[in-house]
Amino acid sequence: MSLRIVVTVKYVPDATGDRHFADDLTVDRDDVDGLLSELDEYAVEQALQISENSDDDVEITVLTVGPEDAKDALRKALSMGADKAIHVEDDDLHGTDAIGTSLVLAKAIEKAGYDLVVSGMASTDGTMGVVPALLAERLGVPQVTLLSEVSVEGGTVKGRRDGDTATEQLEASLPAVVSVTDQSGEARYPSFKGIMAAKKKPVESWDLSDLDIDEDEVGLENAWTAVDSAAERPARTAGTIVKDEGEGGKQLAEFLAGQKFI
Amino acid sequence: MAEVLVYVDHVDGAVRKPTLELLTLARRIGEPVAVALGNGAADTAAALAEHGAVKVLTHEAAEYADYLVVPKVDALQAAVEAVSPAAVLVPSSAEGKEIAARLALRLGSGVITDAVDLEAGDEGPVATQSVFAAAFTTKSRVSKGTPVITVKPNSAAVEPAAAAGAVEALSVTFSAQATGTKVTARTPRESTGRPELTEAAIVVSGGRGVNGAENFAIIEALADSLGAAVGASRAAVDAGWYPHTNQVGQTGKSVSPQLYIASGISGAIQHRAGMQTSKTIVAINKDAEAPIFDLVDYGVVGDLFDVVPQLTEEVKSRKG
Repeated sequence: MSLRIVVTVKYVPDATGDRHFADDLTVDRDDVDGLLSELDEYAVEQALQISENSDDDVEITVLTVGPEDAKDALRKALSMGADKAIHVEDDDLHGTDAIGTSLVLAKAIEKAGYDLVVSGMASTDGTMGVVPALLAERLGVPQVTLLSEVSVEGGTVKGRRDGDTATEQLEASLPAVVSVTDQSGEARYPSFKGIMAAKKKPVESWDLSDLDIDEDEVGLENAWTAVDSAAERPARTAGTIVKDEGEGGKQLAEFLAGQKFI
Repeated sequence: MAEVLVYVDHVDGAVRKPTLELLTLARRIGEPVAVALGNGAADTAAALAEHGAVKVLTHEAAEYADYLVVPKVDALQAAVEAVSPAAVLVPSSAEGKEIAARLALRLGSGVITDAVDLEAGDEGPVATQSVFAAAFTTKSRVSKGTPVITVKPNSAAVEPAAAAGAVEALSVTFSAQATGTKVTARTPRESTGRPELTEAAIVVSGGRGVNGAENFAIIEALADSLGAAVGASRAAVDAGWYPHTNQVGQTGKSVSPQLYIASGISGAIQHRAGMQTSKTIVAINKDAEAPIFDLVDYGVVGDLFDVVPQLTEEVKSRKG
């Protein structure tokens, strides 16, 4: 038996940097450092753990859709221990929204071949959290999403989903799409050996023609949603700050009463 | 007037507050038609009628509880085909966003998530979103198909408006995918008696400065005096002091209450991402340099172990 896992990852602007929009209202990637989305590290980690706990031959492929620099995100995942990488890169992809991105990912996943897709719960830039569900819909396979625990055995994936009102135990047959939360387990740091080994691991580059996708199915012009304006939030007017000299709690209560919260 | 579908989030017939907010927003765009699914669906009708639903489409089946997400997508799709609405509104819970995304894909429509406001526009509904840890405000619309939009809790004040709320049975045929993901067990979250974090009008959060699980009792006491929900920073959750379900931040829950009180929280970007859209922000922290003070309407530089209990006593005495 063998198990083919595809981990979808995203290269995102560093949240601690000064993120902003370009003139065409897409995310400006030039002025801020990018990195592997933190939430995707958990996805790579769970894929590695599934592999380590499995008696089958497991092959882990990391997949990203993004500009040239997105290779950095793939290298990070490879240095953590993934086996190979696929980079979908095409100038026509600029400005593609979540629905378009899910098309590109789904076609690439099908071309790569898979038994299990593992994703992070959301990206740390767009934070929509919809791509795993969209992939399941497009691929026509079960979605087993927002898992804080995941295991794979004998062609079945099981997991625990912590929702607003209940904790659910889920189960589905492979092939399936899984997404994991930051509660699934701390992601490992790449070792020096892992970093060196990653340099030799294969990274395939595909473009839209490799995936039989027309340019009019993706890109900013063909997005299913349109951003009409993006305004920097005005700086908050400086609040009142007091030093507690024994009456801090009472002063705060006075403020809250003035605002009608008490 | 065009009809607007509103997906009803309810627990055994008890409608959750974000749905009532959606009905208020839906009335800006058209006539709300509610879709209530699963056990207790018909019991939602009275509350929905009081908040402007002209019609309530209901369907009860075991599939909604026994399988994940897809049966609800099938039902909403059936409702869209029956009504041909101008838009579909869904609460922005984790599940709500998944339902909305799959529905949009099936309809050949765009999807917008986490709207914080909604208004009618010349080319369909215009959604306001707060992005990059609330550093930017964007206005967006769906440019293809029937707009599917999820709206964050606390994005609108609930305004009652009487309407007919006529209950109609929705006819649903489940797809082949509907039974793909089995829910083999469900443990309802134990009620703390406090409001749900994402829906609460007031949130009181504790962070690293709380310094121990046992000390969260003073955070809870303040929350209870204000009728608030309790939140926690990632540092407090990772230390095991408070459950992950209460984590506020980029990798936890996103909240935008009327009042957010941060105690012993420095205000790292990851935390700010989850609370920066709160209307009024208050912080208590020993460190006068903590970045949280850049956000506050009112800040107290001081020891939370002195300030928080004093505040709690003061709130109690003022409330009598």
